[in-house]
Amino acid sequence: MRAQTIYIPKDAAAVSVGADDVAAAIATEAERRRLSVEIVRTGSRGLLWLEPLVEVSLPEGRVAYGPVSVADVPSLFDTGFLSAANHRLALGFTEEIPYLKNQERLTFARCGVIDPLSVDDYLAHGGMAGVKRARDMTPAEICAEVRESGLRGRGGAGFPTGIKWQTVLDADADQKFICCNADEGDSGTFADRMIMEGDPFALIEGMTIAAFAVGATQGYIYVRSEYPHAIATLREAIAIAERKGWLGDGLHGTDREFHLDVRVGAGAYICGEETSMLESLEGRRGQVRSKPPLPALEGLFGQPTVVNNVLSLTTVPVILAKGADFYRDLGVGRSRGTQPFQLAGNVKRGGLVEKAFGVTLHDLLYEFGGGTATGRPIRAVQTGGPLGAYVPPSLFDTPEDYEAFAAQDALVGHGGIVVFDDSVDMAKQARFALEFCALESCGKCTPCRIGSQRGVEVMDRIIAGDRRNENLALLNDLCELLTDGSLCAMGGLTPLPVQSALKHFPEDFGLARPTEKIAS
Amino acid sequence: MSGRAMWSEERASSLISNHQDQRGALLPMLHALQEEFGCIEDAAIRLLAKTLNLSRAEVHGVVSFYHDFRRTRAGRHVIKICRAEACQAMGAESLIEHAQRHLSTDLGTTTTDDAFTLEAVYCLGNCALSPAIMIDAQLHGRVDAARFNALVGVYGKDQ
Ligand SMILES: Cc1cc2nc3c(=O)[nH]c(=O)nc-3n(C[C@H](O)[C@H](O)[C@H](O)COP(=O)(O)O)c2cc1C
Ligand code: SF4
Ligand code: FES
Repeated sequence: MRAQTIYIPKDAAAVSVGADDVAAAIATEAERRRLSVEIVRTGSRGLLWLEPLVEVSLPEGRVAYGPVSVADVPSLFDTGFLSAANHRLALGFTEEIPYLKNQERLTFARCGVIDPLSVDDYLAHGGMAGVKRARDMTPAEICAEVRESGLRGRGGAGFPTGIKWQTVLDADADQKFICCNADEGDSGTFADRMIMEGDPFALIEGMTIAAFAVGATQGYIYVRSEYPHAIATLREAIAIAERKGWLGDGLHGTDREFHLDVRVGAGAYICGEETSMLESLEGRRGQVRSKPPLPALEGLFGQPTVVNNVLSLTTVPVILAKGADFYRDLGVGRSRGTQPFQLAGNVKRGGLVEKAFGVTLHDLLYEFGGGTATGRPIRAVQTGGPLGAYVPPSLFDTPEDYEAFAAQDALVGHGGIVVFDDSVDMAKQARFALEFCALESCGKCTPCRIGSQRGVEVMDRIIAGDRRNENLALLNDLCELLTDGSLCAMGGLTPLPVQSALKHFPEDFGLARPTEKIAS
Repeated sequence: MSGRAMWSEERASSLISNHQDQRGALLPMLHALQEEFGCIEDAAIRLLAKTLNLSRAEVHGVVSFYHDFRRTRAGRHVIKICRAEACQAMGAESLIEHAQRHLSTDLGTTTTDDAFTLEAVYCLGNCALSPAIMIDAQLHGRVDAARFNALVGVYGKDQ
């Protein structure tokens, strides 16, 4: 008898709510009942509120059950879940679940579908089509393709990836580097982690294309130490890729070489800033370098270096495989293609939603997210990580678009969306933003190092109601100083969460709410 | 994850030599030493300085810059509780208060029986299943007070 395939994620988030235990229980139960099953451990589909999500392979497609606990396993077998049962946890065909069906998955097309470390699965699902095309193109042609796709850096700053690559290509040097920024320190973001665990070959393929495009021979993936699962998966994937001739000397049957290593961070948020990451890779304190020189010209060990986010690099293979036009035709304005948005915090259906740019916050929060987990009204969302603004419901119609968000003094950033219900105290959130800056400042500039600490003290006095107006004026001065006097966005953007909280939620700071600004 | 071995110059040298050929090897070396010995002792700093031809102050500067590296050994298990925004939105602050009460210890300190070191961390990448904690290298999601106690019970048993 042919074994039936059951898919269970081994993604860290799925495991964090019991996926390993569920997989073990299913294996034991199947054995007890003398049923022949094969359990494949995948990445996560990103429907995180349904984790652990168990899928059963049927001739017509995969059917899903979730969230499954160990206690549910006997009843799943009793009701015959291996042939699509009417179980309490049955969700029907996975691909038909609206949360997934209504997405536009390109970067995450394989994540949760395949065994992350299976070469056969990767190839069967379109893997390596991009690099095979790139192999026969000139470096300039690859750069042009990426430029024409409109891909902008998904790590937050939104700088056009193709232009960055062209700069590195044009630089004259003995050695060039590709550095993948996998520091993902922003609260509310987990897309980098998910893709590294769920489809690591895609990142390796993207970095290889980047290497071909600029003539780099060595790459590093700088992963934060908080991601032990991703680190382990990447290391295994690199070893497999080396054995397959996808990395190393003469890779992909060319006469070129590209070597790849994983480096582990050490718990410093600022090491996500690209120059600080390079300092850390060189074995130093992760202090920000002043620009110029750009890393594209003088980066790692002083050599021309591509620094890109995990998602930017993982999106490149599909762009090469399907063509620049295909990608550019998705999106709005100057925000092209898709973005993996991440719904987090107090949200009913938290997870990963890959959509073309232009989707509104409202649709992400309510159609996908289903409102808050607590069932209370949403009061604020923070977009773009800890340095991003707090956005009130009156602005939820804003489309996800770098420029539209900027026009509201907000950030798309890395696509993280953190939801708060009406119990949130926005003065406390403002205080936290300053506290975080003080804690994570690299220490190079005084406004950021000392000013943030003064900011915490000022916020404490405001919260205590101590000479409120005087202290609010002081807070504004400090914010102005941070904005104008900081070398990098750590100090430069910390005023964003603070001032947006003050602007949209003045009553939490003991001020009257202007009557015309009643939230919808 | 947090090593417990006694300091051995020989063992340390062998760990360091595994990374000798890498460029910018200081962080990988520090990670390897801390994984083995549980912290970065003065002897480790002296040895690294000598091996990499750096001053001890330089090595110390790197060790002190990064939150991960510790100068004194942690308890048998390290519990990291996320206190970043997404976890705050689901009650991380009250979970931290509970954890401190339950373990009779403060953030950044170790329980008197040396079983647990409690630390704050800023995002574990589990923000859709918040509040999140990490015990050694294992991530746990949707942690409330009851689940916290149960987890501590399980880890507390092994010595
Ligand atoms: C304080 C700070 C933290 C950052 N953290 C990250 C990060 O975790 N991951 C990331 O890709 N980019 C981060 N960035 C942005 C990087 O500096 C850089 O712009 C990005 O990695 C470039 O890649 P991209 O063009 O593909 O987005 C951060 C920037 C700042 C100022
Ligand atoms: S703004 Fe802060 S983090 Fe950025 S360089 Fe200055 S001190 Fe360092
Ligand atoms: S904010 Fe707590 S895990 Fe991300």
